[in-house]
Order: sequence, then structure tokens, then C-alpha cells
Amino acid sequence: MRIVPALMRSCAVSVESSRQALGPASLGIASLDAALGGGLAQGRVHEVYAAESDDAASAAGFAAGVAVCLGTADPGRSVLWLRDQRAARVGGVMQAPGWAELGGAPGRGLVGVMPDAMALLRAAVDALRCAALGAVIVECWGAMRELDLTASRRLALAAEKSGVPLLLLRPDAAPVPSAAQTRWQVAAAPSCTLPGNAPGMPTFDVTLLRQRSGPCGISWRLEWDRDRRLFRDAALSGAVVSPAAHRPAADTGRDGERRDRRAA
Amino acid sequence: MGSAATGGQLDAPPDAPLVLVAKVKGALRLGAVDAHARALGIAPGQTLADARALHPDLVVADMDEDADRHWLRRLAEHCIAWSPRVTVIPPDGVTLDIAGSEHLFGGEAGLAAQAEETFAAIGMRVRMAAACTAQGAQALARHARLPVGDERQALRALPVQALGLDEEATLALRRAGLKTIGDLASRAAASIAARFGADAVTALRRLLGEEHAPIDPLAQPEPLHCERRFAEPVALQASIAACFVDLLREAARMLEQRGLGGRRFVLTLFRSDGARHRLAIETGLPTRDPAPVLRLFDERIGALADPLDPGFGYDRITLFLPVTEPLAASQPALDGGEQEAGALADLIDRLSTRLGPGTLCRLVPQDSHIPEQAQLALPAIHARAPVHWPTPPAGEPPLRPLFLFDPPQPVEVIAEVPDGPPHRFRWRRKLHEVRLYEGPERIAAEWWRRKGGEDPGKGGLTRDYYRIEDVRGRRYWIFRHGLYDEKPDPKWYLHGLFA
Repeated sequence: MRIVPALMRSCAVSVESSRQALGPASLGIASLDAALGGGLAQGRVHEVYAAESDDAASAAGFAAGVAVCLGTADPGRSVLWLRDQRAARVGGVMQAPGWAELGGAPGRGLVGVMPDAMALLRAAVDALRCAALGAVIVECWGAMRELDLTASRRLALAAEKSGVPLLLLRPDAAPVPSAAQTRWQVAAAPSCTLPGNAPGMPTFDVTLLRQRSGPCGISWRLEWDRDRRLFRDAALSGAVVSPAAHRPAADTGRDGERRDRRAA
Repeated sequence: MGSAATGGQLDAPPDAPLVLVAKVKGALRLGAVDAHARALGIAPGQTLADARALHPDLVVADMDEDADRHWLRRLAEHCIAWSPRVTVIPPDGVTLDIAGSEHLFGGEAGLAAQAEETFAAIGMRVRMAAACTAQGAQALARHARLPVGDERQALRALPVQALGLDEEATLALRRAGLKTIGDLASRAAASIAARFGADAVTALRRLLGEEHAPIDPLAQPEPLHCERRFAEPVALQASIAACFVDLLREAARMLEQRGLGGRRFVLTLFRSDGARHRLAIETGLPTRDPAPVLRLFDERIGALADPLDPGFGYDRITLFLPVTEPLAASQPALDGGEQEAGALADLIDRLSTRLGPGTLCRLVPQDSHIPEQAQLALPAIHARAPVHWPTPPAGEPPLRPLFLFDPPQPVEVIAEVPDGPPHRFRWRRKLHEVRLYEGPERIAAEWWRRKGGEDPGKGGLTRDYYRIEDVRGRRYWIFRHGLYDEKPDPKWYLHGLFA
């Protein structure tokens, strides 16, 4: 027995979306924004596939970065990150310090670990109906039969109605037909080396596999710049970050430390 | 039957006598003294100058009557545990009407023992006595030698001050040679009334239990409970739902009158064959709006493993709100901010009700340098946002991974030099060539958690963490568990994945 919808509707105060229609969010690179028609659209479903299952963390990092870009227009909102138990087992436990290091706001964010795929999708639809969220990131590991065209359409409609963007992470799956606005494939890319041969900023090889009514099949190599909260072209970034060879020890900061450590 | 307790002052520091002073007619007089001061011959009513002359090292503090009243009221509220009828007798008394409730605590003696223990635990000394009337109990507690043996005799042995008359009347009684209540009770009532006023007779009769004087108990908040009973069992889904909406509206009215919002709602459905279904929901923020509560109950019912079966119908439905919090009427902000906070809380409530409170979490920092203990996932329904996480320094690549394996996953590592960084490693049956690395970041074990951990080599193994990028550009966090001088052949583990 359910206590029911008809009555609920009669007494429910509908929380109308008070979210102003936000314009598309720039990802920071002109050619990328141009391909997307001005930027990544709010209130749409964007799928992010990992090129191989080992690229899962890179795909998640790209999604976290995109969520930051989407939230730039209204930074006070929470990001909800939904996963299922398989994700926690295979992909590792979500870490707030790591999320903060990618520019996210884990203090306002919420992380949900759902028992199964059905609960995950249901929670995603419920979350998308809540206009108070800044973005929803949903990790769907594996083929996930429950995420068919109908489910995908349902997510897209909910996102469209509330204006909340959904980033659907598919770390370990082959692309299937869906109602998404864009579909990305992300692979890890060698980063721009920091002094002392240290790994640099997160770098991704990103391909826009599909876009509704727009160009697709274009690839970029992106580097995430946490401080500007935007992506930048990895090919150009080397010149931006590489420091002068001989800086005074006082302001070398960690770079100097890196060199010293390596020398020792 | 009544029972009374008078609260003493809080224990003073053991070394010096403590007195509390108040200004009476322009002079500082002692309002209350502690046991040490009393032993030195200092009594309430003396001027502070006199008391100082007796004992110069007095600890003096101002009397705070408001605080006393407030404290006494709190004590009285606590006494509701023993009896529903409790009244406050200022400045320092509480009367409990224990008629009919004392047997729950093992009779008068059991109740007194329990009360004494409770008050002793918070540092209060109490004098307790029981009598047939509230006035008698108060008089015995204040003036009799405790414990009281025979109530009647003890009352008769009380001094006339126990009547609680004003100074003048008490003095007149004493001058007339009437020193105890017994003396007074043996005289004719008419002559007492003629000489000392009708009040003296009334007080005497009340003290001796000849006249009844009701006590004025503390008002207790009525529990938030509503119910509907039906003449005929109701099985129709729509009727049950309508009744439930009605109950919620009634509860909302009650909450609004008291300025409260419910945090926990318990719905009980009594089936006509005696079966009972109990459903409870919890909200993250106090609420009195029926709509979200109804939605949560709908979630709760939907999540039941065993669906509700009305059978031949329910004949009674009750709603109980055991947990409430103050909730002022809120005004929505012009830009709808208030409404949005509510919408998010609503979402958290809904998901937590459907899947259990631990499903949706907020990550809260922990004060630990051990990576897997640096955060705690608290149920979002209990942890309120925002939580403060430190902002990483500008210009640095991420130094902590986005995902952490718990437990860390073992990897096979080939290093160029024994205590150097990995050269290549095998994880999940794949070989990774290391292109770049940074490290080691040395994270020591929490030696203080181990017995004898302060001795060198016994505090646990140190971890050397390396931030690694392989030739494909994937970034990992790998550590060697133990230094070479701690362990002959330390193992390597992959602990986290960077974006």
C-alpha cells in the first residue's frame, strides 16, 4: 500500500525551480567552447566515458573539473556525487582532500553510496528534481542494464526541468544509445613535468564523441587549472608554469624543495 | 501525601568559607553561607562587616537571585521523573506530590534514596521529608531533625517558625510562651485567631493536615500526540491517506502554537485484529509542513520489505512526535534562497529515509595525518553544511588522491635502489613503467597509540609515499610499508588514484 500520490499532489507545495536559466558554462578553451556552441549547457546530461577502465580516476577528475566550471556562475551550491557499492570497491573510496585539490567544495558537497543500480538511478532522478543542487555526478560502473534509453530519457527530462546538470560517469562501459546532450571520452595523458621530474597538473586526452545538434569527434589535450577553475590547453601550459631556472630560495616554494629533494 | 526537598548551596572550594551577599536596606548582608562558614559561627542575615570581623578570609560572592530561581526551576523540572505534580517553593524548596507514584520507585524510602543519589551526582545536598500535606513536608524538611520517625510527633515538635508566618507574628507567639507547634495545637483555635490572626490558625491546620491545600504544579508540555479512532475499520487506501493528512495537519497546528518543528514522526496503525504497524521517519531540519512529511512516509512505506497489509482494516491511527526542535516561522527570501535550502534538506531526508541514514554522507575532516583516517563520512541528515576543508595552496598539483583504496592494494615493485622510488610496478596484472615521480612523503605511524611505541622501532612501520605518473599518464599514490632499517623486505602498496 502506498499513501498516495493523488493526495500528495493536492497538499504538496510544489517547489518551483527558482534557478534562473544559467547560460552555458565555459570550460576555458576557445575551440572547445566554440565546438559546444558557447560552452557546456546547464540542465543537460553529459556522459563521460573512460577510454579504458584504468582511466576511471581521470574520467572522474575531468567530471569534477567540469562540475566546478558548471558551478562558477553560482558557486554557493552543493554538488552531489552518487556512486554505488561497486564503485567504492573497485574504484576506491571518495576522498574529500583529493576533491578539494581539484577545486571542488567537499564541505558543501554530498557523497551517496547506493546499494544497487536501481537505487542509484532513482536517487539520481530525485536529486535532479532538486533545483538547489549545483550539479549531480553519478558514477555508473559496468554495463549497467538498468540504464537504458528510457532511464536516460528520464534523467534528461528531470535535468531539463530543474536546470541542474548531470555528469554521468561511465568508467567501465562501452557507449550505448542515450538521451545525453554530449558524450565524452577521457583518457589520462602525460602531464607537464614539474621541476624535479614531479608529476604535474591533471592532464586529460578528451574526445567529444557525440553531441546533439553539434560537431563531434574532436579531441583536445586538456590540463586542469585549479586556481583559475578552468581547463587550459596542455600544449600551451608548459610555458605558463615552467619557472625560471635560478630563482632565489625564498620564493621557490615547493619547486625549490622538489629540486633539493631530488638533489639529495 | 507530600514530600519536600530543600536545596543547599553548591559546595564551595574546600579551603575557605564562602558567603553570598546581597544589599538589604543599604547594608551588605549575608544571603547564604556554606557549611565551613556556618561552622565558624557565620549565619545568614549578618552584615558582611560583622562576618569579616569574625573571619577575615571569607570568600564573598554576590547573590544572583535570578540564577537561583532558574536553577531551582530546572531541578523541579527534573523532579517530574518521580511525580507528575511538582511545585517550586522559592527560594530553595521543591514539593512533589508522590501520592500514587512512590510505589514505582520502591516506596517513599526508595524514592528518597533515588532522589538523594541523583542530586548528589550533581553536587547538591538535599534535605528531604515526607508528610501528609505539602506544608507539613516543607516544614519538616526545613526545621525537623532528619530522618523523621513519627510524622505526627515530629510535626508537633517543630518550632513555631515552621508555620511560615511573618517575623512579628512569630515573635509574638514566642513571647506568649508558645515555642512549638504542639504548644500551639493544644490551645483553642478561636483564642489563637483572636490573638495572632486567622492566618496562624490556617497555617496550623494545614501543617497538621486538618485542612487541605492543593499545590499548584508546574505546567508540563503536553506530548505531541494525535489520534483518530474509527467506528468501523477502515481499509480503503484513500481513506487512510486522507486520515493521515488530517493527522499531520492537526500536528502542524499544535507545533505552530508552540513554535516547534518535528524532527521525528511516528505513525502507528492499529489493525482491527490486534496487529500493529509502526512507521517512523526522521527529518534533518525541524519541520511542520505536512507535504514533505507525507512524502517521507511514502518513501518509508515504499522501502518496507513487507508491504503494509490493512487486512480487515485499521480501527485506530495515531501520530506521535517524540523529537521536536524550536522552529520560528520563516520568511522566504526574495531570491528564493530559503526555499532552496529547504529543498536540499528535503532531498537529503528523502534519500536517507528510503535507503538508510548512512547512505548519503557529508565528508568531515578528522585531525589525523594518516591518509585513510583524514576524513569521516557522517550521515548527511545529522551533519549540517558547510564543513570547513582547507583550501589547497595555489600552483600545486593535487597532493592527495581523489580515490583511496581501503585497504591498500599490494603491488609488485621493481626499484632502482632498495630505498629509492619504484621503477616499474605491477598492479591488477598490468605492468606500469614509471615516468615521473615525487617523493618520498614520509608518513610515520601513530606511535602514541601503541604500547611502548615511544621506543625506537616499536611505534609501527613508517610509510614512504610516492606520487607517480606512468608512461600512459595515469597518476598513482604508492607507498613502501616500512623503512629498510625497520623491516628487512618492506612491501609496496598502491593506496590511491589521482585524477
